[in-house]
Amino acid sequence: MAIRVLFFGRLHEVVGAREREIEPPDWVDTPAALIDWLAAGDARIGAALSAPSVRVAVDQAIVERDSPLAGAREVAFMPPFSGG
Amino acid sequence: MDAEKVSIRISWTPFDPEAEAAHFRRRCARAGAIATFLGQVRGENGAVASLALEHYPGLTEAEIGRIAEQACARWPLEAVAIAHRVGVMAPGEPIVFVAAAAAHRRPAFEAVDFLMDYLKSEAPFWKKETGADGSARWIEPRAEDSRDKARWAPDASSQGAQRAWRK
Repeated sequence: MAIRVLFFGRLHEVVGAREREIEPPDWVDTPAALIDWLAAGDARIGAALSAPSVRVAVDQAIVERDSPLAGAREVAFMPPFSGG
Repeated sequence: MDAEKVSIRISWTPFDPEAEAAHFRRRCARAGAIATFLGQVRGENGAVASLALEHYPGLTEAEIGRIAEQACARWPLEAVAIAHRVGVMAPGEPIVFVAAAAAHRRPAFEAVDFLMDYLKSEAPFWKKETGADGSARWIEPRAEDSRDKARWAPDASSQGAQRAWRK
């Protein structure tokens, strides 16, 4: 099933897109695996997305990188928040 | 979340802090104490041309709601209001307005302080500053922001005392 992936803040500049519609292979079953697949050999994207300060949300809930991705419609990568 | 008690608004257009404060006061006309905070875009003596704020519609409101709920659980508040700008702003424009109403001043002051510390680093917003010289940079939370937030940890004061004592 297609997943919408969102890149916020400086991450969209690293990735080169604010969002992407993707159809990942079956082995992409966690956000961590999704990072490997998205980076696909691009070390810069891999490093930016897997930085410990980056938070991941699956269907608008903040989750750990090893949580299941099954059935997800939307995944977001979020660099450190800076509100207020 | 108690929708009667908590109001959260994300705005793409400039908001009027006086109107927000007047509206909040009408909502809790019988509260003994109202504390408000207004954050504005810093001009840095002309060095900053504009500030762009982005958010994650849906998650941002939900996370602010969780922060407001924590404040309501911690202090006896009658009402809370949070208005936050997104989009491109010029120096001097309001970014954030926070208000808390309680029977007495201390909970109102503390709740506003707490809400601001959490909005800084726990609400999904991202800031990019463009300088007068055209240079742009993403603003990341500063160490003092996490120190400010750590003040609200359950045993922060005793930990702080211990740390000082160990030195």
